[in-house]
Amino acid sequence: MKSAVITFPGSNCDRDMDIALKKFGFKNEMVWHDDNELPKSDLIVLPGGFSYGDYLRCGSMASKSKIMNSVIEFANSGGLVMGICNGFQILVETGLLPGVLLRNKYLEFICKNIFVKVENNNNPYFKNLNKNILELHIAHNEGNYFCTAEQLKEIEDNNQIAIYYSDKDGKTDEEFNPNGSMKNIAGIFNKNKNVLGMMPHPERMIDESLSGEDGSLFFKNLINNIK
Amino acid sequence: MKISAIITLKKDVLDPQGKVIQQALDGMGYKNVDEVRQGKYFEIEVKENDPKKAKEIVEDMCKKLLTNLVIENFKIIETQ
Repeated sequence: MKSAVITFPGSNCDRDMDIALKKFGFKNEMVWHDDNELPKSDLIVLPGGFSYGDYLRCGSMASKSKIMNSVIEFANSGGLVMGICNGFQILVETGLLPGVLLRNKYLEFICKNIFVKVENNNNPYFKNLNKNILELHIAHNEGNYFCTAEQLKEIEDNNQIAIYYSDKDGKTDEEFNPNGSMKNIAGIFNKNKNVLGMMPHPERMIDESLSGEDGSLFFKNLINNIK
Repeated sequence: MKISAIITLKKDVLDPQGKVIQQALDGMGYKNVDEVRQGKYFEIEVKENDPKKAKEIVEDMCKKLLTNLVIENFKIIETQ
């Protein structure tokens, strides 16, 4: 299985993602934002970081990079595109995903482990995952998901909400919402479920001795789903 | 010519920064402030002398990059 991680100026989780993908069997290639063409891939990943120093709005400048034309084309033809953290912000700025990520409600950079509840298993990312509450890591200043009332109705009607912030038992009450995100949304899909954006970093949870293993479950499952 | 664009948050979008600024003003003794909303202001030198055309160019920029229309509105002003 082949994957590609796009590096933008200011990306800083690109190498972590490369390590994670390779660990679970992907043949990964790094792609520079200024390239025009994507290598033949089963999965494209937009990594976390601070592309273009978060100038203007997070992800806005990166969404206009040269390579993004190919990424948008790849996504529109049904290819799997996953954006983590800043990658999620880039995906909403391209319009591949609805809504926007605002500044965290209490204006603080949040860096901690959280739990998410997997809402929707009917997609290539979470299908066959034998756990529906995952412990993952978040590290962001703008993760407060927001969309218009019409967009919210549409994403709910189409089951586009991928994961919610929750407690370890899967309760999705407001008190388990770290950043003010609408409805505790931590990740969403596009309509066809081939594009996933999420704030938590699965690539930071792939080593039992360093963190946790729920990211490993996610990647192992992902590669099996793609095979 | 110089064209300016003012970007403001839409009414129903929370503005935590504006709120904190309002609280600071309140602490400084400005008790008569109902609300503060923070926005962005751009001055763009366009290589175009026709004001109508110059505004159109900046409007296009606003729609494509400067504004996120999910949460923001823009207003264009001819500065010079």
